[in-house]
Amino acid sequence: MKSAVILFPGSNRERDAARALKDVTRSDVKIVWHGETELPSGTDLVLLPGGFSYGDYLRCGAIAARSPVMDAVRAHAAKGGLVLGICNGFQILVESGLLPGVLLRNSHLKFVCRAQHLKVERNDTAFTRLYEKHQVIEVAVAHGDGNYLADADTLKRIEGEGRVAFRYCDAAGNVEKNSPNGSVNAIAGIYSEKFNVLGMMPHPENLIDPLVGGTDGAGLFESLGQKAA
Amino acid sequence: MKARVTVTLKTSVLDPQGKAIEGALKSLGFGGVESVRQGKVFDLEVAGSDKAKAEAEIRQMCEKLLANTVIESYRVEIAG
Repeated sequence: MKSAVILFPGSNRERDAARALKDVTRSDVKIVWHGETELPSGTDLVLLPGGFSYGDYLRCGAIAARSPVMDAVRAHAAKGGLVLGICNGFQILVESGLLPGVLLRNSHLKFVCRAQHLKVERNDTAFTRLYEKHQVIEVAVAHGDGNYLADADTLKRIEGEGRVAFRYCDAAGNVEKNSPNGSVNAIAGIYSEKFNVLGMMPHPENLIDPLVGGTDGAGLFESLGQKAA
Repeated sequence: MKARVTVTLKTSVLDPQGKAIEGALKSLGFGGVESVRQGKVFDLEVAGSDKAKAEAEIRQMCEKLLANTVIESYRVEIAG
């Protein structure tokens, strides 16, 4: 499979993402500058990495969402191509209209950086097929603006269509109502209508090597590799 | 021509920063503060002298970039 990791001014997790795609997904990876108007030909997966694109000016992800490359990313998603936005990448996806809702400042107003358990809501998507349904995984979170919110109708639709990908929970899998950022329904990640676009605040790309505390994030990148097979 | 755009969170959206500022004002002894909502102000200079045209264009800027209309509302004022 071929992946494109988009680099915005202020991205800082693009190398972690590229490494996970190379080492775990076994994908061919290109780093693509945000000023490009086309994706490399044959791109299967676009990854929008974490960081602080444009210094979080205006709103997190707002200016990156209007970059030239995002039209190509929208076209890729419209054709059913896979798109994964992590952390700032998730913020860019909601600002660009590829996913519904918004990510507000954490309800307690503090940047949160720690290990966090997540519940995998479904395992029949390109991103999660190698996890068990309702498996509890431990990955990292590091964000100041991860408080997911959508209006009542949108939320009802997302929940009704089973589009919540991950929820914050404790080690036993109990969903925490108000942690770590105040997200409605403890939402940590959501899918698009066709389940080909995933946005998530936590960082699975940082938990792929036992040397740095765990490998629970590897399942996501292995799942993506299965898709190509 | 000068224009000012004010962007604020919709009243249905909780504003934790506003709440924190409200708490700080109260701790400074401003007991009369009932609520604080934080927002953003953009001062623009735009070419031309057609106020209606400028306002229409600035409203488009708000819809496309300056405000996230999922959670924010905006107000446009043209000076002069």
